Amino acid sequence: MAKQTIIPFGPQHPVLPEPVHLDLVLEDETVVQAIPSIGFVHRGLEKLVEKKEYTELMYVTERICGICAFGHNWGYCHAIELLMKVDVPERAEYLRTLWHELSRVHSHLLWLGLLADAFGFESLFNHCWRLRESVLDLFEKTTGGRVIFSVNKIGGVHRDISPEVLTEMATVVAGMRKEVNELINVFVNDTSVKNRLVGVGVVTKEEAEDLCAVGPTARGSGVVTDIRLTGNGVYDKIGFEPIIEEAGDCYARTLVRCRELIQSMDMVIEICETIPEGEIAVPVKGKPEGEFFARLEQPRGEAFYYVKGNGTKNLERMRVRTPTNINIPFLVKSLEGCSLADVPVIVICIDPCISCTER
Amino acid sequence: MSYVTKSPWVIHYDGSSCNGCDIEVLACLTPMYDAERFGIINTGNPKHADLFLVTGGVNEQNKNVVKQIYEQMPEPKVVVAIGICACSGGIFAECYNILGGVDQVIPVDVYVPGCAARPESIIDGIVQGLGVLAEKRAAMGSAPAAKTEE
Repeated sequence: MAKQTIIPFGPQHPVLPEPVHLDLVLEDETVVQAIPSIGFVHRGLEKLVEKKEYTELMYVTERICGICAFGHNWGYCHAIELLMKVDVPERAEYLRTLWHELSRVHSHLLWLGLLADAFGFESLFNHCWRLRESVLDLFEKTTGGRVIFSVNKIGGVHRDISPEVLTEMATVVAGMRKEVNELINVFVNDTSVKNRLVGVGVVTKEEAEDLCAVGPTARGSGVVTDIRLTGNGVYDKIGFEPIIEEAGDCYARTLVRCRELIQSMDMVIEICETIPEGEIAVPVKGKPEGEFFARLEQPRGEAFYYVKGNGTKNLERMRVRTPTNINIPFLVKSLEGCSLADVPVIVICIDPCISCTER
Repeated sequence: MSYVTKSPWVIHYDGSSCNGCDIEVLACLTPMYDAERFGIINTGNPKHADLFLVTGGVNEQNKNVVKQIYEQMPEPKVVVAIGICACSGGIFAECYNILGGVDQVIPVDVYVPGCAARPESIIDGIVQGLGVLAEKRAAMGSAPAAKTEE
């Protein structure tokens, strides 16, 4: 047996925008085991339910993660609305879905950039992030914020979007299509990119199911799982189909995200065109009592929000289960047997969001 | 801008931020905002860095990491705290695992507020940090910034 060496990876590492630590057990150049350790970003924000009122807590949930901020906010509001039996107006649901899908476009473009950075394609990284800025401009125009919006509230949304701005949004997103297609062409067809992705970090469908993987990571292994199918938002009205790839390697995960990017842009355009008129919020009275949970498909996978109220203005418990946390066993599995040089690509391929994971 | 006579390299570490400020720091380096026009390069190696950009507050687990990165950087060095969490703890100041701003662990030279801090203000903070860097270099008695340009 070859001699085993342990290489520490992280918490501060050039490829990682966020701190996570992996101990890589190597035999020569091959990883035989990866031991993750987390906790560098733990803040303990679930405990803040004791100090913040349930309406204020919305701003805390938004800051679980700055990339999928809107989704976390929506998930929390959705759980409270189900608990208090609030009927959200249809236009508000459309607006929420619109912002959520735009968030997915920005998150996937960001991820494609990070992936390009992980295999050393610096100009591709810059192109992805340049395109992402046009999405952020749309956010700034409609909500006032670039990454954190605070536009949700319990019972609806704070801001409406005027018909002119909706038309402009559809035009901007349609205009991005050509450039996004060019970028995707590089990720999907370029030989040097394929050499780094095809056949790397393979996890079969059975293994992915056993490891309870979620989101694009699981869909890249052929697992049909997408919470958008279960009917929050207006996904049933705009003809949504989950995107599945079978191969289970890094290339398949990239393909899933590329196709989702196009699909989300189509959904944004469709919502801009079909959004109904009406109220954007309903008044909410009373205090939450009882318990409920809501699920939501984040760009990284299924997120789960549990709330328990006791009839006072402070909740008794809030619990969030985030996609990266669930995908860490999947990551450990996909690292087994890979070469040391492939580690950054495989780590990036589950789209890790450490501040979600550790909260 | 006369003091930007050297290319300062920055290192970025995410303390315990929500990612919002982190991606804004990265967005500063991409074509839209392009901090590289000031000669700024984001490096992963503390031993190459002049400026230390920290986002997020510090907690029990990462305070040693922050200290280590700071100690590995060569003198003179400047610390820029980015975002309200790095300045004071922000919305998470009441959390049980947050010790407070970055200044609880290492000395901070420039504070950039905001949640999330906007790229414009981050670049402004970096440029102010360059001024502090030039002062520190002069105080150390090494070659003053202007001389290096000849």
